[in-house]
Amino acid sequence: MANPPRPPESIPPSPSSAPASPPRLALRHIDSTYTERGASVRALEDISFEIADGEFVALIGPSGSGKSTLLDIIAGLFAQTGGEVALNGQVIPTRERLGTSAYMRQRDLLLPWRTALDNAALALEVHGHSRQEARRMALARFPEFGLAGFDRAWPAQLSGGMRQRVAFLRTVLTERPLLLLDEPFGALDALNRVALQSWLLDLWERERQAVLLVTHDVDEAIFLADRVVVLTPRPGRIAHIEPVALPRPRHRDIVTTPPFLAHRAALLDALGLLAPVQGGAA
Amino acid sequence: MTGSPPIRALSRWIWPLAILILLLAIWEVAVRVTNVPAWQLPPPSAIAASFRDDRALLWRHTLVTLKEVLLGFGLALAAGLLVGIAIDASPVLERAIYPLIIASQTIPMVALAPLLLIWFGYGLLPKVLVTALVCFFPIAVNTVDGLRVADREMLSLLKSMGASGWEQFRLVKVPASLPSIFTGARIAIAFSVIGAVFGELVGASEGLGYLMQRSAAQFQTARVFAAIVILSAMGVGLFALVSLLERIALPWRRFITDES
Repeated sequence: MANPPRPPESIPPSPSSAPASPPRLALRHIDSTYTERGASVRALEDISFEIADGEFVALIGPSGSGKSTLLDIIAGLFAQTGGEVALNGQVIPTRERLGTSAYMRQRDLLLPWRTALDNAALALEVHGHSRQEARRMALARFPEFGLAGFDRAWPAQLSGGMRQRVAFLRTVLTERPLLLLDEPFGALDALNRVALQSWLLDLWERERQAVLLVTHDVDEAIFLADRVVVLTPRPGRIAHIEPVALPRPRHRDIVTTPPFLAHRAALLDALGLLAPVQGGAA
Repeated sequence: MTGSPPIRALSRWIWPLAILILLLAIWEVAVRVTNVPAWQLPPPSAIAASFRDDRALLWRHTLVTLKEVLLGFGLALAAGLLVGIAIDASPVLERAIYPLIIASQTIPMVALAPLLLIWFGYGLLPKVLVTALVCFFPIAVNTVDGLRVADREMLSLLKSMGASGWEQFRLVKVPASLPSIFTGARIAIAFSVIGAVFGELVGASEGLGYLMQRSAAQFQTARVFAAIVILSAMGVGLFALVSLLERIALPWRRFITDES
């Protein structure tokens, strides 16, 4: 066999910090209007921001500000009325965005008829791996997710925190460089929530995907994110973008430090939660 | 005494069994004391004797009825699943077929069975069709219901992974609908024996329904009772079989509490 060696420049090294590399996700002037019971609802107005490769962005806003709608649009489940979504510098139409990101919702959405292992392996199966191969790949990561020994359990046998970790593993195994997380800790109690936040941070330090996290918890947003995007009440517009200058890796004790509290004050102000309550005076 | 499963199963059955034996004993004694003729009300011992003396005859007719039941149920299962899936898949079909299926249930089987006899003769087919018609409705309706309860968010999760329509159907809709389909199948199998016997009563040359009719005409009342016992055992047995299949096919259901 006289196969000439491939020239080394055919596989260009692409450091994620290269200034020329396009953002993983770019939203440009996204508008969303939909009809609900005959009435037209303006959900989002002129949303523009970018997420770089390996960047963790939190999206925060009052309920009804269209946060989940925005994730549905990015995932390709819902078409925007105006504006465009670009992935890696390329504008992608709605239907073709399906399958390009890993999407996790507040509900774990484990399929009750699949074991923990088969739930974790679901996306791998959908992406064409054989069931056996998908299981092997998922099982290899069970200990890391604190699920060792629970691979054959049915979802109904697992606690809320464990179910959420199975859902996380399923999301990570989707093997997409963009993670969309819609209040993944919203349904958990405070202790589980804090534990899973630290755990997610550890995981992300190792994997470094681009993440867009929807939350209504200011502390969670600051603790996890590189930047926090604040939306206004309906229609959701960008009220403020707060870069979080806290060093990484972050530990839980950071939440009582002055820089953290300064970010907190800025975000609460952007959400209008520091202003005096209006309309109370009679 | 809450020991091993067999012992618990035994203790669950021991009371109904004891009451059954007591009732049979009262029946036996009452018939003997009052001297009711056997052609009017045979004692349990005479029915047992009929089982012994007529076993070849009973067995032959049992096989015929069982065949009608299984073929009719199988036909209804295939048709019910197909129609259920079609109705779920197409809103046009739903509006076109669903009302007709419901309306068809208002046609009394008593009126329909003689027609089937006229069209398809005295053979196996009209009995299979009566059975299938009785079984079809619960299976079709429960299939439609089952496919409808599939969680929309689970479907959109699959969609966000890039799953095709067929994959969403196979991975979410079908498994989500199985509990409901099994419920329909259990109702249907319980009706299926009634359907087959009814078909035979309208006009047949074999089967337990035919045997009962002929034996009654000959005042062989003990044999009529023997046939009734077999029919009821057949119904209970088939119902238990479907329930067993359900437990094997849906092992995850045992852990579901009503919280979800």
